[in-house]
Amino acid sequence: MKANYGYADGSGEYFITIDTDVCDGCGECARVCPSSLFEVAPDDYDQVVARVKEKLTRSVGVLCPGYERCRDKVPDCHAVCRVGAISHSW
Amino acid sequence: MITAGVDVGSLSGKAVVLDDNRLVSWGLVPTGPDSAETAKEAMDIALQKGNLSLDRIEFVVSTGYGRVVVPFAQRNVTEISCHAKGANYFFPGARTILDMGGQDCKAIRCDANGKVVNFAMNDKCAAGAGRSMEVMADLLQIPLDEIGPRSLQLDQGEVAVSSTCTVFAKSEVLAHVRQGAPTNDILAGLCAALASRVYGLLRRVGIEPEFVISGGIGKNVGVVTRVEQKVGLEANICFEPQIVGAVGAAIFARDTLVKQKKPAAAR
Amino acid sequence: MVTIGVDAGSLTTKVVVLEGTAVLSRSSLHSSTRDAGGKGIEEALRSAGIGRERVKEIVATGIGRNEVAQATSAATEIVCDARGGRFLAPSAATIMDIGAESSRVIKCDQAGRVADFVLNDKCAAGTGVFLEAMGKALRVPVSEMGSLSLKSTQEVNITAMCVVFAESEVVSQIHRRVAKEDILNGIHKSIATRLYGMVNRVGIVKNVVAVGGLARNAGVVRWLEELIGAEVFVPEFPEYAGAVGAALIAADRSQS
Ligand code: SF4
Ligand code: SF4
Repeated sequence: MKANYGYADGSGEYFITIDTDVCDGCGECARVCPSSLFEVAPDDYDQVVARVKEKLTRSVGVLCPGYERCRDKVPDCHAVCRVGAISHSW
Repeated sequence: MITAGVDVGSLSGKAVVLDDNRLVSWGLVPTGPDSAETAKEAMDIALQKGNLSLDRIEFVVSTGYGRVVVPFAQRNVTEISCHAKGANYFFPGARTILDMGGQDCKAIRCDANGKVVNFAMNDKCAAGAGRSMEVMADLLQIPLDEIGPRSLQLDQGEVAVSSTCTVFAKSEVLAHVRQGAPTNDILAGLCAALASRVYGLLRRVGIEPEFVISGGIGKNVGVVTRVEQKVGLEANICFEPQIVGAVGAAIFARDTLVKQKKPAAAR
Repeated sequence: MVTIGVDAGSLTTKVVVLEGTAVLSRSSLHSSTRDAGGKGIEEALRSAGIGRERVKEIVATGIGRNEVAQATSAATEIVCDARGGRFLAPSAATIMDIGAESSRVIKCDQAGRVADFVLNDKCAAGTGVFLEAMGKALRVPVSEMGSLSLKSTQEVNITAMCVVFAESEVVSQIHRRVAKEDILNGIHKSIATRLYGMVNRVGIVKNVVAVGGLARNAGVVRWLEELIGAEVFVPEFPEYAGAVGAALIAADRSQS
């Protein structure tokens, strides 16, 4: 499953996509994200995978500066994800 | 096997009772200040209509924004997953689902079993939800249900509304009104704008036939027609859009139960 | 040398008359006034007691900058804000301009050049429109919102950032008879959170200065300080930062 967490508003689209078909639930993203956006938990199909915390989906564009801008602060969520499960729309 | 699904939404609470695959009964109540109470009221109605008592229900799954507070549910499942399952129940061929209410908009792509393959939801911005239409109906003093039909009866031609933001679009609409633009033409522009917002969300998840629309937006032909044009597919409109999520929850309840029973039987 | 900066914003048009680095006079008019730029220039010159012939250069900025007929040239809001912000607060590294219908966050390098910026004029959340709408719902004039909110004793969460959704949240809080100052405090937190997102995007650098009309709102500034974790400096006359910047750029241009 491709899970798109986030929103679109007048200023643009802010979605973090997690590909749960490749995510192995290692939790590295949750460990490194400076805004603590991720958590690992069983999804509705009992697969243990990463997701954006439900309370934060409406604030991803506020809490995450966007992948390109976060990248200076290595390691970031993309860099630590061995299977490349995470992508950003901004 | 009798199971139930309860969907506590921001506007209404729904409960559905399912006997294997047969829809037994359902209940619908407006959401009160207490979500647990709302869930119970909806459940009571469904039980009453089905001539059942709560102890006959083998498994209950809750969904919707108030899903974590339903005291009699054994499991909670997200709205997205329940919605896909529910749409699959009504339209087994459904692969792309658009659900839009006043508060949010969901685009879901699912497989033949109603399992979600891709989803995106927008519940942050009024411009991407039915709410924007309510605001405009209020501004133009037009009943909400007239917007769709009138938007299809163009006077001189669609008046484009360039601001996405509902608040900025309001000023733009007022300026058009002052310049004497025909109301229907403005409505056409507003429906087109909402359709393209919705299409953006659909494109993110990918489009595949069959296409199903549910939620309040299904009642606005102006938006539906324009979304169909962009998507290039005719939409199946779900006429019990309110209970799709609750039906999905009841199916999740059944599937969970089957899974739980299986290892026990094998042993 | 006398120069003039005109900031033709969406709501108000601000004019500053500058001699060297001294501000001689300011004027402010509704942008809906006919020839707001021209009238503002006249008014500012009159109160400075200076004749038009002494003015070397007039630079216009703001959304309506191309409609100011008297201007000799134009400059973008970003450049003017950066220049004006650094003038009003020389050590400023992050400049936020919170205006009536748009907001901007600009990051400057040590030389004061624009290193990065984000601009929002497409979503009304995080702009003056947000406060305007909430003030209307609460029947509190925008100018009083800030000081009133500082009296808040109980934290109320306005979870929506969107103007439309936040409006309904505020209305339901009013129905629940929640105290105005507490609701206001929640409102200010919401708008500050949206603005903080923009600051976060350019990367927080300490020495933050807030300009634009909304910088006068102490409630918003307090929440910004809390979220950023540093002091936010608000200069006197924050709404004139863009016009001051334009006037300074006018001075540069007339020298070269
Ligand atoms: S890009 Fe950075 S801030 Fe954004 S989600 Fe990834 S780690 Fe978190
Ligand atoms: S763009 Fe407008 S409608 Fe959308 S979140 Fe921003 S203020 Fe709300």
